Amino acid sequence: MLDFPLWKRLTLWISTIVLSLLAIPSIAALTNTPLPDFLDNAPQINLGLDLAGGSHILLEADPAQVAEQRLESTEETMRQLMADADPRIEIGDVSTADGRLSFMLDSPADIDRARDELSNVIAGTGVVAEWQLEVLDGNRMVLTPTEQGLDTAVEGAMESAVEVVRRRIDALGTREPTIIRQGDNRIVVQVPGLEDPQALKDLLGQTANLEFKLVDAQALPTDIAQGVANPGSEIVPYAAESDFAGQFEAVRRLGGIRGDTLTGAQQSFDQQTNEPVVSIQFDPQGGARFAQLSTENVGQRFAIILDDEVISAPVFNEPILGGSAQISGGFTVETANNLAIQLRSGALPVDLAVIEERTVGPDLGADSIVKGGIAMGVGSLLVILLMVATYGRFGVYATAALIFNVLMILGIMAFMNTTLTLPGIAGFVLTIGAAVDANVLIYERIREERKRGRRVVAAVETGYKEASRAIYDANMTNFIAGVLLFLFGSGPIRGFAVVLIIGLFTSVFTAVTLTRMWVAMWLKAKRPSEIHI
Amino acid sequence: MKLLKLVPDDTNIKFLKWRMPFYVVSLLLIAASWALVLTKGLNYGVDFAGGQEITGTFEQEAEAPVGELRETLSTLDYGEPVIQRFGEANQVSIRVRLPDDVSGDPAAANRISEEIISTVTAAHADFRVDSNNTVSGKVSGEFRSTALYALLAAMLAISLYIWIRFEWQFGVGALFALFHDVSLTLGMFALFQLEFSLQIIAAILAIIGYSLNDTIVIYDRIRENLKKYRKMPVPELLDLSVNETLARTVMTSLTLLVALVPLLLFGPASLFGLVAAITLGIFVGTYSSVYMAAPILIWLGVTGDSFVPQETLADRQDRKARGEV
Repeated sequence: MLDFPLWKRLTLWISTIVLSLLAIPSIAALTNTPLPDFLDNAPQINLGLDLAGGSHILLEADPAQVAEQRLESTEETMRQLMADADPRIEIGDVSTADGRLSFMLDSPADIDRARDELSNVIAGTGVVAEWQLEVLDGNRMVLTPTEQGLDTAVEGAMESAVEVVRRRIDALGTREPTIIRQGDNRIVVQVPGLEDPQALKDLLGQTANLEFKLVDAQALPTDIAQGVANPGSEIVPYAAESDFAGQFEAVRRLGGIRGDTLTGAQQSFDQQTNEPVVSIQFDPQGGARFAQLSTENVGQRFAIILDDEVISAPVFNEPILGGSAQISGGFTVETANNLAIQLRSGALPVDLAVIEERTVGPDLGADSIVKGGIAMGVGSLLVILLMVATYGRFGVYATAALIFNVLMILGIMAFMNTTLTLPGIAGFVLTIGAAVDANVLIYERIREERKRGRRVVAAVETGYKEASRAIYDANMTNFIAGVLLFLFGSGPIRGFAVVLIIGLFTSVFTAVTLTRMWVAMWLKAKRPSEIHI
Repeated sequence: MKLLKLVPDDTNIKFLKWRMPFYVVSLLLIAASWALVLTKGLNYGVDFAGGQEITGTFEQEAEAPVGELRETLSTLDYGEPVIQRFGEANQVSIRVRLPDDVSGDPAAANRISEEIISTVTAAHADFRVDSNNTVSGKVSGEFRSTALYALLAAMLAISLYIWIRFEWQFGVGALFALFHDVSLTLGMFALFQLEFSLQIIAAILAIIGYSLNDTIVIYDRIRENLKKYRKMPVPELLDLSVNETLARTVMTSLTLLVALVPLLLFGPASLFGLVAAITLGIFVGTYSSVYMAAPILIWLGVTGDSFVPQETLADRQDRKARGEV
């Protein structure tokens, strides 16, 4: 029990010192002490957002919306396929109610041809069919989405949503954002040191689906006011920020251009009015469509629609041939810039709602570190005083073990690149308590054994041996609690669990193994016949 | 140098003498706690109820205008906002629960948070938002269920472990002690309507861990003494075990307290709830280890012979051969 050959002592010292040294860069960073250059890339503890300041935002997409959009685009594809068939397949009575697409064939004889046309749509890209096709009453075709098909669609939408979110946040120029998929339909966004969380939310809160549609010149103002549109038209409200907020516009549903043909967007100023605008560039195809649309409709108004709201509805004064255009609509420099970022990053395939936000200002975080540090310092000092006053020399060993324990936890956290959070600081305090408890158990046992008349070495040996059992069991149960805390906890609470778990291992090592080595070395060197404990 | 001794060497307190009254009181307390939790309910914070908690500083003022703020925000019609000093005199925390009718709308919490911040900053240009937690009804519901699972899973897993390492009676005893600790902590939060948040769940799990530490140390000693003193009556043996470990119990509780109290006094305000709950839990946990976990062993039929392995025929023949029978 008290036998420590040289190799064992060396191993213990080296591992203790190496792990403790790993803590130095983190401590320097926490206390704002400059470090020599060669330590710049040394592993460091990450500070949680509650200590560093920053925003944690949880976004959620609604799978029902993905299903709805998928249904719409399938309807469009279906119409196209039927129209392109040779000879054309005439259809009528199209409905997308109840999440299903159904339509009537004018001639029941076309059933097999229609089925052939739709075969690619039904099979999709995967192994399992994305749609299920039924024929009712001989001429009504019904497409029902399969579960597999829906899952694939949500998965695809989420993957591209993460990409769009990443592009938008990168455009903000913030440092080291973390963007992670969570579960089936959520995205976690963490941005350290963010000054303005509202800007971030504004940027992520819009789908940025841009459309150009011709204004329906035949629509009567009275009809528009009542929300009644001519066939082939629809009523779209003006955006709240625009000059015509509260009013509506009637626009043609078909024949417009979508924003997915954009290749660029920048904030700039209108040359005549000097107001902030967004300049956009189309890809060759989109540019050609835009040139055609503007040429055919000179003198007509067209609506610029963003997320189903009209931003502005200017007139095509002349054909726009260069493949670029500008959007005006009561922007400030900031909102124009925001829109430009959103357009550049592409439209989100699905709306994302902010379902959780945790933001901490940088001042508060720094303040927490200072206060937590002071409290930890005072607490540790009191613990040390108490231990030394109670156990004398053995208390000093426990103290040294405690200091190595804290350093090793920090070192391991740095090495594993884990995150220190505010509750993590409380975890430290609890770990200090638990570590000392191991020593208290051992030392009390040694006291008892001495009282029963055992000789020094035997008492120390029995003390370590008998106490170890309870220490082991106690740490195992704490470990179980810590693991559950980690599994079920979120964000900062996980930080508490991480410190607790790492602390369990290091405290057994330092409080049991290290102190035993020190005590053994002292006993060997001095061979005392009496100990103060 | 004379060393400090918190517990005199020959301490022999008859703890178990009072086990019946303490048991009655504790059972009543557990019942009362649950009655409180079920009738009065827990004062769920933002994590569990949904809504927002905003802390901020009035940079130009010495003292936060709490009353005025309350008036301004009550016009927003989100029920009674909870507005409190938080940390320094010019800092406040504003807590608004998500109204029930919008708890299903994922974006509602976010809208309300924006409205509150803009209302406060419109009235006080010097208001700086230090932190903002906005939790939608969806997420808070998930937090509630996962927190519940975490607590139940921890209690069961730990008891199972004790059962495996010790005997089933000890597992039951540990489970009962844990149930006691968790119940009383919840009861306390219900009685004083303290904010119940995710941090408190962390605190309760820490209390569970700590209470178990105590229980295990005492159990380990009981097991040892059961083997050592086969003929000793069990209540006496339990007293002996508790007394033998008393010095350790006191010392450990004290070191934890001296580490936690500075955190209560000088630590960041946002840690206060977590640390306060753990501090209270140390007392509850220590008490339950002595008065709940130990005496229950008597009723569960633990005796000096309980854990002696059954003698096989071969063992008996061995003993016969040695002339012991």
